[in-house]
Amino acid sequence: MEDNTHIRTENLNLFYGNNHVLKDVNIAIPDKKITAIIGSSGCGKTTLLKCFNRLIESVDDVRITGKVLVDGENIYDPEIDVTRLRKKMGLLSQRPFPLPMSIYENVAYGPRIHGIRNKKQLNEIVESYLKQASLWEEVKDRLNTPAVSLSIGQQQRLCLARGLAVEPEIILGDEPTSALDPQSSKNIEEKFIELKEKYTIVMVTHILRQAKRIADYIIFIHLGVIIEAGSASEILENPKEKLTQDYIRGVVS
Amino acid sequence: MGIRRRKYEEIFFKKLALLSSIFLVVILLVIVISIIIKAIPALSIEMISQTPKGGFYLGGGGGILNAIVGSLYLAFGATLLAFLLGFPVVIYMNIYANPNSRFVNLLRLVLDILWGIPSIVYGVFGFVIMIFLGIKASLLGGILIVALFILPVIIRSIDELILMIPRGLTDAAYSLGSTKFETAFKVVIRQVSSGIVTALLIAFGRAIGDAAAVLFTTGYTDNIPTSLSQPTATLPLAIFFQLGSPIEAVQQRAYASAFVLTVIILLISVITRVSARKYKKFKV
Repeated sequence: MEDNTHIRTENLNLFYGNNHVLKDVNIAIPDKKITAIIGSSGCGKTTLLKCFNRLIESVDDVRITGKVLVDGENIYDPEIDVTRLRKKMGLLSQRPFPLPMSIYENVAYGPRIHGIRNKKQLNEIVESYLKQASLWEEVKDRLNTPAVSLSIGQQQRLCLARGLAVEPEIILGDEPTSALDPQSSKNIEEKFIELKEKYTIVMVTHILRQAKRIADYIIFIHLGVIIEAGSASEILENPKEKLTQDYIRGVVS
Repeated sequence: MGIRRRKYEEIFFKKLALLSSIFLVVILLVIVISIIIKAIPALSIEMISQTPKGGFYLGGGGGILNAIVGSLYLAFGATLLAFLLGFPVVIYMNIYANPNSRFVNLLRLVLDILWGIPSIVYGVFGFVIMIFLGIKASLLGGILIVALFILPVIIRSIDELILMIPRGLTDAAYSLGSTKFETAFKVVIRQVSSGIVTALLIAFGRAIGDAAAVLFTTGYTDNIPTSLSQPTATLPLAIFFQLGSPIEAVQQRAYASAFVLTVIILLISVITRVSARKYKKFKV
């Protein structure tokens, strides 16, 4: 496995109180590919994802040992500037959470806090990222209406545009289609395939078919232990471990 | 359990709930109407546009403009001060500290106890402090004590609002690279802005309606205060003094004052609610 990928973990362990949730996780996420983290619910998929941008810290009673390396830096080093780290990663959560402001303000929020003040430049950014998220045509006439007035599927694309506007290198998806209708899910999946040209994408999914459709690389996690990781075809067609085989065949749910 | 019994249970409770609600509205109407009826003889433009003239408390001319202006100064000052002091505390409790930590929960308990302390205790406390510092009863003294008295109201009501914000929203702000400051002042504050208006309104209502906290700390005067160090009249005390008079015309003025106080609270309530609606539509 390559050593110079964007995201790597070394002996990552995570505890909620006395509960050992992630056990000796050593993985490397390949750049500019779609990596799917699969496994049954409650096995630590989302926890692992939230370790990558340190969102996990806001949970009570969390203890982390080991390293998560992003571009070679251990992000749990106290010297690390967490806002700079998070700027490198866009997050799509299970259910979209637009910010309590207008459609325009949602996309402009990130660039603004990172120092862009010029109105004309912001207009261009908003238009360009709404286009990238395939939302521009639907909202161009109502940019100043509240973001919550959009449908859930549109909100999720807005959240994607909002995340992309920060110009990250990595996109994290935490079951980003689980609250969406089939058409909206398809939109997001198609977007991901388009975006992997430029971005490294890591997504948690509990839908095996989704992993089959879009993932290049698959990490199978069971009860906090990485059972198997490899290219999608390898894991899906020729899994080595018994647990992976059972999961793929739908025995473990 | 029989289907009949469940049906009667349902009907009984529905009627009970409706009856209680009607009862509440009736009580409100009785209060307002009785104030209006008793206030009518004394209500005049003079009443709200002039300060007391000589012999006012014996039935002489003049009005209660001193108390109206004094109460507005006091309530606005105290609400503003309490918000400026309280908002950073709320942000600390929920954004900078862990909102579920033992310390923050202890803080909540302390604030809830402070909330429950009667205002006269604050008044006495303020009085003792002012004697100790050699300060006379003044608008400033009143603002400080009333601010202290409504501080727990403001902090805890905004705190409860922020506790209800979904984790995903703050996570979204953080994952865009927001600092805690930006998350607090650009995202959280917008999400709860309509609720903050309500919290301020409740606090303002307590501030303008309270007599006990201002009794010793603010004093009373027939003049409109021109500086923070002057004693200041307030509507609740104006009502109290006028109602204590044996002269009927003065007693009627007490009701007129109560009417003015009610109208002020009503007006401020309507104005703030209308202006809060603007923000509410952005709420996630």
